[in-house]
Amino acid sequence: MSAPEDTGPGEPRPVLTVRDLSVQVATEAGAKTVLDGLSFDLRAGETLALAGESGSGKSMTALAIMGLLPKPMARISGGAIRLGDTELTSLGERVYRKIRSARVAMIFQEPMTSLNPLMTVERQICEVLLEHGAVSRSQAPKRALELLRDVRLTEPERRLSQYPHELSGGMRQRVMIAMALACDPEVLIADEPTTALDVTVQAEILDLIRTLQAEHGTAVLMITHDMGVVAEMADRVIVLRQGRQEETAPVRDLFAAPRTEYARMLLAAVPRLGAAPDRPEPADSRKIVEVDDLSVRFDIAGGVLNRTVARVHAVEGVSFHIRAGETLALVGESGCGKSTIGKALLGLVPWQGSIRIDGQQTRGRSRAAMRPVLRDIQMVFQDPGASLDARMTVGDQVVEPMVVHGLARGSELADRAEWLFQRVGLSPDMLRRYPHEFSGGQRQRICIARALSLSPKVIVADESVSALDVSVQAQVLDLMQELQAQDGLSYLFISHDMAVIEQVADRVVVMRLGQIMEEGARDAVLRDPRHPYTRRLLSAVPVPDPTRRRPDLPETSGVEEISPIFPVGQGPARVELTELSRRHRVARDAMAKT
Amino acid sequence: MSAVAEPTGGSVRRRSGAADVLRQLLRRPRAAFGLFIIAAMVFAAVFAPLIMPADPFEQSFDGLDLMGGPLPPGGDYPLGTDLLGRDLASRLILGTRTSLIIGVLANGVAVLLGAGVGITAGYFGGWTAAILMRFTDLMMAFPALLLAIVLAAIFQPSLLIVALVIAMVNWVQMSRVIYTETRSLAEREFIQVQRSIGSGPVRILFKHLLPHLLSSIIVFGTLGISTTVLLEATLSYLGVGVQPPMPSWGNIIFENQTYFSTAPWLVFFPGLLIVLLALAFNLVGDALRDILDPTLKGRH
Repeated sequence: MSAPEDTGPGEPRPVLTVRDLSVQVATEAGAKTVLDGLSFDLRAGETLALAGESGSGKSMTALAIMGLLPKPMARISGGAIRLGDTELTSLGERVYRKIRSARVAMIFQEPMTSLNPLMTVERQICEVLLEHGAVSRSQAPKRALELLRDVRLTEPERRLSQYPHELSGGMRQRVMIAMALACDPEVLIADEPTTALDVTVQAEILDLIRTLQAEHGTAVLMITHDMGVVAEMADRVIVLRQGRQEETAPVRDLFAAPRTEYARMLLAAVPRLGAAPDRPEPADSRKIVEVDDLSVRFDIAGGVLNRTVARVHAVEGVSFHIRAGETLALVGESGCGKSTIGKALLGLVPWQGSIRIDGQQTRGRSRAAMRPVLRDIQMVFQDPGASLDARMTVGDQVVEPMVVHGLARGSELADRAEWLFQRVGLSPDMLRRYPHEFSGGQRQRICIARALSLSPKVIVADESVSALDVSVQAQVLDLMQELQAQDGLSYLFISHDMAVIEQVADRVVVMRLGQIMEEGARDAVLRDPRHPYTRRLLSAVPVPDPTRRRPDLPETSGVEEISPIFPVGQGPARVELTELSRRHRVARDAMAKT
Repeated sequence: MSAVAEPTGGSVRRRSGAADVLRQLLRRPRAAFGLFIIAAMVFAAVFAPLIMPADPFEQSFDGLDLMGGPLPPGGDYPLGTDLLGRDLASRLILGTRTSLIIGVLANGVAVLLGAGVGITAGYFGGWTAAILMRFTDLMMAFPALLLAIVLAAIFQPSLLIVALVIAMVNWVQMSRVIYTETRSLAEREFIQVQRSIGSGPVRILFKHLLPHLLSSIIVFGTLGISTTVLLEATLSYLGVGVQPPMPSWGNIIFENQTYFSTAPWLVFFPGLLIVLLALAFNLVGDALRDILDPTLKGRH
């Protein structure tokens, strides 16, 4: 047995024991081992983190324990999983059903897709309760309400009769947790439970899991790629890499002194808030992008006559500029309008106000008239897999903008494709491959190469590194900065990740509900935040250091959920910015409070 | 040679030329079988007069038994005879012409029209979609046979007209399916990217949307072959299709269906041919779809 028996004499008996677990997946080239000899013990009340990048086999472990491996492609090829005295690997589906939820429960990454959209919250919770005979039919609704109270859902009585789409992402994840804990399981598996959530919501959910764990003594298996979450939640950590157990250590030991090279590399790549190097203050160069009083509103049609009944005020009266060679970061939580601004700059959504790209006013331009402007501004999207056409070679796609703009033809295009590939650090041998033959990081390089092909002055990077593993993320960020240094590119860097923004931004704009809350030089905004919303965002970021506890979230007053949807003719109150210093502006309402 | 240097339209694409696709088709046993059947049918249609064992129109007494019924397969008549004592094998071979033309032409026009309307409505949305799709709904609600009869009554019945009439009736389902698929494809990020680099609608439609719709088009296109052949038979039955005594597989079935219990071969053989035709196109279509999908490269 490869793993040490770490059950000491005084230790409680483990609730879950995994020994030499191997999982194989059928591929074209034959069986591929995706999990190889994993062993661990999980004790009551303990949190064990399985950390690793994509393809490390961490989710496979969860599915193997739950007996949910996709058949017949994947199977357990060796090893044992013991829950108490029950051996799970040899269990039939009927018996397994009695164990799931009742003894081992799981919460998934995407709460929207794991809840049934056609059933009310009450029915979904009651279904779990009744399935395992936890309560009688008449008692079930009462118990469901208790569970919602346990997960600290606001207005629990009302939530019972609501459908998943009426709840926010955080509320949905709370409902998922309530369902998972409905039968008081011994083991809770949390597979990236907060990855799809905003950072402030993530902080709340992590707090909740910790509190509930303390109350119930549940053992938690936390699966995550985020070392900040690991540091905050875990007692012990297993670092996985390509299905192998790279390092197993108590969390403090791992972060203080990682024993393996890979763990060291992984930890070094994690962006840490407050650790970014200084950026030279850029000279006051030419303004490349000037946005003045930009508003984007989407109509909601309804009623018998399909008339506009309401409007989503996605962006409301936003003004900013980007200078040549400068990176402006746009931060905010989902739905704050940051991506919409990026799209408006490229004319992808209808907007009002004024946008000048390198002096050219783009208001009222048709798609065709927009073309010359697009040579100066290009965009790199979030998901590199989805933003490449699966049916076209990457070489064709990289130079497609040049074909569209009639800038080159024939062999010139081929030369250009090779040159672009070299610039983003890819081998020109790969030009004739299709997107699925590349890794996530390589695909994002291809997207960057495509954006570069028109030699633009500005690139809008919309969450461009969010979907990448941390080690790859760091490389792509380096590449982007390198390109900036070479070409004097400007970036509009849209992200929700404060630590990433700190690394790349010269100036930061914090947005909320379509309006700017705070704006200024990076150090002014991130190290001396004046708006309570900025402070809340910053304090919610998990700290990748187990010895330092994340400060408690500031009170939520003033940042409660407000909908950006208004009836026709109405709109949100315009926020006005006060100048604190030459390079720092903040919303006036915040000034009144502090 | 490196395709990187290929000059046409500045493509850096690993191109699948027609010859290359054919070679790949022949490498797959099922697709090769389908191609063989299609080739055999085309051969039969073109050289029908040369390979027919007898005159398909001659109503001979030898072709009937003592009770005046049709002869079962065997002897002078390899596939038996029909109610009028005509040689079934010869009629089927000549009928290949009609059915193949109808199946390929009518279905081809229906596929082009349906896919064209669907993709246009799906991509442009708004008013374009509203008008095109309401028109499609209208066509769907209109009884197909009635429309076919009206159209056939206006124009002199001929093979071409029959094919066009059938196409007019059959494009609707295709357009619905393609419309829905285009709608969801157009929301995808790689289409957004196209807008962000300034690509025009023609480029987006043909270079980026169409390749992704190909599998649906092929599936529905091959399914349409058999329904088309049968619709032609229905039209013939109603007297607005191919005019007797000209044979088609469909009208052979319809002429003889009442004698199914006593002379099953009269329905069985043409039915078998229709199934074979549809199957052949289906096999080739499936293989084509896989060959044209780069994510499935090297798989069978």
